[in-house]
Amino acid sequence: MSYNAARPNLLAAPAVLWLVAFMIVPCALILLFAFFERGVFGGIDYNLNLDNFRRVADPLYAGIFLRSARIALTAAGLAILIAYPAAYAITRALPTRQPILLFFAVLPFWSNYLIRTYAWIVLLNREGLVNNLLRGLGYHGEPLSMLYTEGAVITGLVYNYLPFVILAIYSTLSKLNPELIEASRDLGAGPVRTFLRVTLPLSLSGVAAGGVFVFILSIGNFVTPALLGGGRFQMVGNLVYDQFLSANDWPFGAALGMVLITLMIVLLMLQAHMTARASGETRGASADA
Amino acid sequence: MTGSMTKKPLLTIKNVTKKFGPIAAVDGIDLDIYENEFFALLGPSGCGKTTLLRMIAGFEFPTSGAILLSGQDIAPLPPEKRPLNLMFQSYALFPHMTVRQNLAYGLEVERLDKAEIRRRVDETLASTDLSELAERKPEQLSGGQKQRVALARALVKKPKLLLLDEPLGALDKKLRERMQLELKRLQHEAGITFVIVTHDQEEALVMADRMAILKSGRLLQVGSPEEVYEAPSDPFVANFIGIMNFLKGRMETDGAFTAEGHSLLPGAPAKAGLALLAVRPEHVTLSADGEGLAGVISDIAYHGLDRVVHVRTAASDGPVQVRVKADEGRGLDIGSPVRLAFNAAKCRVFAAEGGLAAQS
Repeated sequence: MSYNAARPNLLAAPAVLWLVAFMIVPCALILLFAFFERGVFGGIDYNLNLDNFRRVADPLYAGIFLRSARIALTAAGLAILIAYPAAYAITRALPTRQPILLFFAVLPFWSNYLIRTYAWIVLLNREGLVNNLLRGLGYHGEPLSMLYTEGAVITGLVYNYLPFVILAIYSTLSKLNPELIEASRDLGAGPVRTFLRVTLPLSLSGVAAGGVFVFILSIGNFVTPALLGGGRFQMVGNLVYDQFLSANDWPFGAALGMVLITLMIVLLMLQAHMTARASGETRGASADA
Repeated sequence: MTGSMTKKPLLTIKNVTKKFGPIAAVDGIDLDIYENEFFALLGPSGCGKTTLLRMIAGFEFPTSGAILLSGQDIAPLPPEKRPLNLMFQSYALFPHMTVRQNLAYGLEVERLDKAEIRRRVDETLASTDLSELAERKPEQLSGGQKQRVALARALVKKPKLLLLDEPLGALDKKLRERMQLELKRLQHEAGITFVIVTHDQEEALVMADRMAILKSGRLLQVGSPEEVYEAPSDPFVANFIGIMNFLKGRMETDGAFTAEGHSLLPGAPAKAGLALLAVRPEHVTLSADGEGLAGVISDIAYHGLDRVVHVRTAASDGPVQVRVKADEGRGLDIGSPVRLAFNAAKCRVFAAEGGLAAQS
């Protein structure tokens, strides 16, 4: 299963040190705040307790968590639905064209996240491109208010993370032995059944990787809901941001962050487990190809 | 298989051509394959044998020509509509399914009821000696076991025709030899026509009832292994099947073949002119003195049962190989002069190619 993974490798030491010094230690320090409480004038009272975690479970905050999860889940689902056909089409293209198609799929990634998100404001505005287009097509009703809605937030999230999902699904689909598809057809299954019983199950690890990626980055996101959701729209990310920067309640912000990180780690571990299982299967299938 | 010649063919390939761009991978092939036959498509890589197989299976469509199965033209049908199955070279076992699920897959598509599927899968697992591996995933199987699962998955469908693409290519030599006989047994028991693609002439000789030799998309010869071995239609086939010695010389008008002053009357007549005499190592005899083509021993290879003596002569490009019984060849030494005599009845004569004429 794991060739060298069990043995610590000295070559990885610089990266590990970097992670520990600049990632794990600062995060751990922030998370420690979660067990203390906010001082009367801001700052921190070093008074060990679990009150902050109790507050996270409060229906008000739990509701924001649930809403964030729902939005992240919807974004992940939509991204998969849009990315899968695209990735499938790219694997079907001539091998010489595939790198170019992938380049175009990933192109938005190379531009600034903020600029990309602002572009959606231009599009979705009451006076924006979409409403102008609708008017041009003969729609004369009240301009649609698309901006500052949950739909706008989901659109922004899907748009921003789509390239990664395409890449993740493409990477599993392109590794699939084409003779498996032919074998299914040969055994009497038509194209649809072949897709549902062979192609799709064998590309689920890519779907899971892409989906988990979108979900994790979406549930903790605060730029997209802040810009496209407007001030009255809150996700966990905005809540954490507010606790640290406006409410000056670092301990509660830290508790929210800790819950979020725990959720992410669990999901990532599930996904890693799934990928490991899937790669074992494909390795077995291509060993004597 | 001479009896099968009177039967109607199961598969008829009629003037089939397949072009990839300007290149014809398969070039006007006509072929009949009969019921219950074990048929081998044999040729070097790039000869078009795999393309032909993929056209029969439905993964490539002929540029022109027809493919008839039991009289019906199957060329326009997609692979899932053809009553035949293909065993892939990579085996193509579904990695996310157990052995049992792999076998059941093709039957579920036929909408058979569950009990019937189970019965047929169990029956096939038993006949291919796989019952104990039924719940394993392909990644838990050895190469030989995967090969058997791939075969079982095709056999369980009870196809009229089973196509096998280099089925033994990935196995080691010992296992390959055992599987050659095993495949023959399964073909006989199942009563299914097998068409096997191979580049290994020995495999084709051992297994096939009849074989077709292809080169550059064209069919060179079709016949039983004996026919092809004993009476190859041209120098390529002669050289490709088994070991063949070629001697350069002249065919005289009286029917005698002369090379370097040595002359013999070959069994088969040929046109007068520059010619190539083909003779198998087992039809050449060695003597220390006396009549025959003069040569010098360059190598002696011991094979246990026999020795192959390599003799350099002025009439051949490479050394002539002579097969002698192991104990008869004991006194021979490298470097000693010998005379070669040929069993005239077993010699074949081909008109010489251009290159040869220029040399002499």
